[in-house]
Amino acid sequence: MAVHTSQSVAKAAGDDIVARGRSRGTGNPQPPSRLRRALSTHWYAWTMVAPVVIVIGVIIGYPLVRGIYLSLTDANERNVARSIGVNHIPATYKFVGLDNYADALTGDQFLGTLGWTLVWTVSCVAITFSLGMALANILNRRIAGRSAYRMALILPWAIPGFVSVFAWRFLYNEDRGLLNKILSGAGIDGIPWLNDPTWAKLSVIAVNVWLGVPFMMVALLGGLQSIPSEHYEAAEMDGATAWQRFRHITLPGLRPVSTTVILLSTIWTFNMFPVIFLLTGGGPGDATQILVTQAYKFSFEISPRDFAQSSTWGVLILVLLLIFAAIYRRVLRTQGDDW
Amino acid sequence: MRRGITATALVAALALAATACGSDDDKSNDASKSSGELSGTVTWWDTSTAGSEDKVFKKIAEGFEKKHPKVDVKYVNVPFGEAQNKFKNAAQSGSGAPDVIRSEVAWTPEFADLGYLAPLDGTPALQKADDFLKQAAASTKYKDKTYAVPQVIDSMGIFYNKKIFKAAGVEVPKTVAELKTVSKKIKDKTGNPGFYLRGDDAYWFLSFLYGEGGDMVDASSQSVTIDNPAGVKAMKVVKDLVDSGAAKTDATDGWENMQSSFKDGKVAMMINGPWAVADTYAGKEFKDKTNLGVAPVPAGSVAQGAPQGGHNLAVYAGSKNLDASYAFVDYMTSVKTQAQVTKELNLLPTRTSAYAQESVVDNEIVGFFKPVVESAVERPWIPETGSLFAPLVTEYTKVLTGQTTPEKAAKTTGDSYRKLLKGWK
Repeated sequence: MAVHTSQSVAKAAGDDIVARGRSRGTGNPQPPSRLRRALSTHWYAWTMVAPVVIVIGVIIGYPLVRGIYLSLTDANERNVARSIGVNHIPATYKFVGLDNYADALTGDQFLGTLGWTLVWTVSCVAITFSLGMALANILNRRIAGRSAYRMALILPWAIPGFVSVFAWRFLYNEDRGLLNKILSGAGIDGIPWLNDPTWAKLSVIAVNVWLGVPFMMVALLGGLQSIPSEHYEAAEMDGATAWQRFRHITLPGLRPVSTTVILLSTIWTFNMFPVIFLLTGGGPGDATQILVTQAYKFSFEISPRDFAQSSTWGVLILVLLLIFAAIYRRVLRTQGDDW
Repeated sequence: MRRGITATALVAALALAATACGSDDDKSNDASKSSGELSGTVTWWDTSTAGSEDKVFKKIAEGFEKKHPKVDVKYVNVPFGEAQNKFKNAAQSGSGAPDVIRSEVAWTPEFADLGYLAPLDGTPALQKADDFLKQAAASTKYKDKTYAVPQVIDSMGIFYNKKIFKAAGVEVPKTVAELKTVSKKIKDKTGNPGFYLRGDDAYWFLSFLYGEGGDMVDASSQSVTIDNPAGVKAMKVVKDLVDSGAAKTDATDGWENMQSSFKDGKVAMMINGPWAVADTYAGKEFKDKTNLGVAPVPAGSVAQGAPQGGHNLAVYAGSKNLDASYAFVDYMTSVKTQAQVTKELNLLPTRTSAYAQESVVDNEIVGFFKPVVESAVERPWIPETGSLFAPLVTEYTKVLTGQTTPEKAAKTTGDSYRKLLKGWK
């Protein structure tokens, strides 16, 4: 990082004068490059952003670059350098190029996990969004005890995630869980909530929806309150039905909010580690394993721990989300949204 | 112009990150040479069953402070299922690792191979080494050095509820076929399934695998055997137990569900080891301890066999307090301690001389398990032994929940083993 002194400003100013007087001058030095000029004119700005750049570099940049590097090697627990007390073991892993990526993209495991991850993401986002929208619309009217309802519906958000997930895990327990007790009370056979692959998938989606609805509801409620009521009044005067009002005023009015929450919620759900990890651990078998939990498993649960494969999956997750965000923005832009 | 700033900032940040790459921090280790008296802190990660065994081990571990007042023993109970990875994470990064770990027999060669354990030959930790049972000592040796001291040894048997057996008028099953009929009879009489098969841990699959004459790997011929016909047959056997309704299983929380169903009399049988005895006695069905019966695991179509397991105590190579740790390991594996553990928890000692102690001689559970251990199947003590369960448990659970066929499961597991064991057939 170049931190310029005031001298360079004077020099830069001099450069500027020279540059401006080029037409007259003879034997002038080369005009400075754009970068140098930007650096010298805005050195104070650079000094101001320096701490942020350094912090981001250390916290985000380094792990990212390191992860990309590891995904190009065959690093695992056995061949990385470590020094423990009296034992010093040098690194023996080697560079393997794009082999890990080829393995991941041609193997069944990555594609299979990706398939379920997409199903999980799309269904979770769709359900939370619809429920959040419905609840926000209900709570946007004047009904008795409105604030109490709002408080109650925000509750899942206020409880730490892992606490809720463990509570659900107890509810789902096949023999001793409350859900099956209720069912057997009604004379219905208990359901193997987390022991059957299909039920386990439905169960994790249900918990994630339960956790995600409050955020959607609050964000959409805020959006609803920013729609001027004159629009609705005018529409009513013109004889629009409730559905038409919703379709032509509410939805377009909510668009800036809903596009943002859908994007955020998609990225969050795609990487929703705690729900899957704490509820089923990816089980039964690997039925509910999403990309993130599987990458974690490579790095922390199998032995020898496979850092290279884990990094590869991590990089692929990043690439997928970048592609998604880019396409999403493009689609929105063609629809006339600007963000 | 603003775009220019962000782009350059990003480039600068990445350049900075790149220069930071590859700098490994070098931790110097200063082993404190004590002058006579031991001092400092010894952190021990114990993996015993929480809620029953842990209380006893905590009490015994803290008794070490009475002998060495300047030593502070920090007892931490880490769930058995998490301890292997937790220790590896901590040991590799060099922060947060304990001084002493209770290492399962299959983990010991792996930890030693990775360089996480301190060699114990000639240290105070290993006293009277030839007093240890041969079987128990086998897993502590790696490349001609000793990396751990045997703490307990165990195997598996079938635990059954005598009262339910009497009510249903059945005898203890000796084979898997009998297990099915007995379980069905119990179900007809009580409405509850007779047998709980643990479905989220492949260790519970081993006795069925050995029963069909199979094994995970064969170290002498360096070949993978999990996917041979015997392995496939064993997968079919467990699948049939679940599908026919003879066995109940869970894909998650297996330990808690198994123990609570058995303790509440919801199932009449389970396969388990001495480590479950203390917890089982705490259940309401076993207030009268004589209600618990233990018998050898049911035989398969070829043989009858249970895995030999157990735990060792190992010292972390990066420990800041090696001397006190050695002394602590010695104290925890002494004859006196082993006899006390047997008395309170019914666990099997690893010292030959401990079996002559009165409290051990009179112990019924030990009396039952001693011959079982002697004829138990030993696994090869190679660094990869501790890695064999992760691929197997995924496929095992898939078979039990009907997501894959026994043939496919055996093959997939075999393929992962061959990846793990380079050059094996």
